[in-house]
Amino acid sequence: MLRDEDRIFTNLYGYQDFGLDGARKRGDWDNTASFLANGREWIIEQVKESGLRGRGGAGFSTGMKWSFMPKNVTDKPVYLVINADEGEPGTCKDRDILRHDPHKLIEGCLIAGFAIGASACYIYIRGEFYNEGSNVQRAIDEAYAAGLIGKNACGTGYDYDVYIHRGAGAYICGEETALIESIEGKKGQPRNKPPFPAQAGLYSCPTTVNNVESIAVVPTILRRGASWFAGLGRPKNSGTKLFCISGHVNKPCNVEEEMGIPLKELIEKHAGGVRGGWDNLLGIIPGGSSVPVLPKSICDTVLMDFDSLREVQSGLGTAAVIVMDKSTDIVKAIARLSSFYAHESCGQCTPCREGTGWMSRVMQRMVTGNARMEEIDMLLQVTKQVEGHTICALGDAAAWPIQGLFRHFRPEVERRIQAYRNSAPLAAE
Amino acid sequence: MSAPASDHGHAEPTSFTFTPENLELAKRIIAKYPAGKQASACMPLLDVAQRQHGGWLPRVAMDAVADLLGMPRIRVYEVATFYTMYNKNPVGRHHIQVCTTTPCWLRGSDDIVHTCKKKLGIEVGETTADGQFTLGEVECSGACVNAPVVQIGDDYYEDVAPEHMERILDALARGETPKPGSQTGRQSSEPVGGPTTLKAFTTAQADATAQADD
Repeated sequence: MLRDEDRIFTNLYGYQDFGLDGARKRGDWDNTASFLANGREWIIEQVKESGLRGRGGAGFSTGMKWSFMPKNVTDKPVYLVINADEGEPGTCKDRDILRHDPHKLIEGCLIAGFAIGASACYIYIRGEFYNEGSNVQRAIDEAYAAGLIGKNACGTGYDYDVYIHRGAGAYICGEETALIESIEGKKGQPRNKPPFPAQAGLYSCPTTVNNVESIAVVPTILRRGASWFAGLGRPKNSGTKLFCISGHVNKPCNVEEEMGIPLKELIEKHAGGVRGGWDNLLGIIPGGSSVPVLPKSICDTVLMDFDSLREVQSGLGTAAVIVMDKSTDIVKAIARLSSFYAHESCGQCTPCREGTGWMSRVMQRMVTGNARMEEIDMLLQVTKQVEGHTICALGDAAAWPIQGLFRHFRPEVERRIQAYRNSAPLAAE
Repeated sequence: MSAPASDHGHAEPTSFTFTPENLELAKRIIAKYPAGKQASACMPLLDVAQRQHGGWLPRVAMDAVADLLGMPRIRVYEVATFYTMYNKNPVGRHHIQVCTTTPCWLRGSDDIVHTCKKKLGIEVGETTADGQFTLGEVECSGACVNAPVVQIGDDYYEDVAPEHMERILDALARGETPKPGSQTGRQSSEPVGGPTTLKAFTTAQADATAQADD
């Protein structure tokens, strides 16, 4: 188990003051100017060496992403945008950073902004997080008053502004280009790429969009050294990670653990185990609603990191672990996610707009078994026609849970269809 | 084209004017964005307008935002109808929004919806006759380890069991503000009974020098 001295988010649960005084006692804003004095290249190198991969779901190297930003921009401002539009079902980790440790995020915003040559940062917070956003705003006000951000930030001569932009209820704005559209005052509909945000993002200016957790860990990585972070976890899957454990466990919770922790150990050590014991486990969605469900046989041994979960055809995603015990109607659990994606499709691409609704309607029939056997393969074929055929990944995210269901629980759906036919043969025809 | 809103038979007001305080607030919001990019203030100003107008956005309020920002009105209608937090129809004084996405559903959100319906005598999407309560179902609220979650106004009520829900509705009906957050006494997202980690950080005074010295 990760030692407490290696935990970054020491006020995860909010027992202590989230304000500047409390944050300073926990080590935040300690000689931040010295990192900036080492220069942009040094910061990016450190973050690359730490092995930090984006904590928002995709797992792309954060340092690499920063290095894509143009080095010499003169005629256009450069922006850092923080994705705090947390809404992937199962995920509630950024909420704790926003409300309990906002100074880690703001210090990270300054360091990351400096590294990419930004003049300002917008933190896009989902609208429902009203109180969380208010805590962040208080922390921003404190940081301005203390000279940590704003003109001559930390006394370095670097001018840097940080603003909050609140969302208003749209899952799709967690997609980085939809988020940018939303800040520009439009519907949150993803943009075609290229151009990528690093070339033309917010207001057509070079922009980097990073997840809250990715940015909030950066100050600690620089303080303790890239090798410290890289030494935790497994190769290419390094560091610590906030896990959210929800569903049928005795003690649902958020916890910071080492990457690569066995899924079973994570649940038994921190979440009080599966309700009714490990043998009462049916399946787990290991990384937020978008990633395929895993049956107990895989959960027994799988490790919680990007590459281990990819090997079993699922994903770490946001590290939101949704646990389902044997009392769960697994078909209904996945069908509920299908209706989520149908609700959240922005309507821009036809395969997603029409496909998510169609898949959701068929999934509703699968719940009762009111379907024909051949419709299972038809449904799977449609998921393949949606997947990869849309501007953004929402189409993929809608397809994967269904594919995961049939990969591991197909006999259960077939049983329902057969039972429905037996009880109402005419209706099934 | 047909205008948004006014499709539920409610009376649409014929005018909307920002209060002087809200106009000042609007100026401060617009100043957060670069010159010429004032359209970025569209979403926050719709929120200001909605709060001023008792929790919903009549078309004239959208028009006021458009005029203030120099935007075509249709662009503001597009935004107001795209995002779920803008209410295009009147809502009750207390907007009860029960999360029913899978993590909350696994922890019994169906029972919470049922409790609300029974107690308030309305269906999802309806408002009580006295205008006090509107009941809604929402997609993932992002507090899944404290499921089931119910958002009321700006606050989250977490770890909600049916008996908590009844007490919350009773308190609201009496004009009280029930305490938000976990209804079972958890601090926040730690495991029930106390954290398995960071035990030295569970008091407000804990000195975190170990971390600070690194």
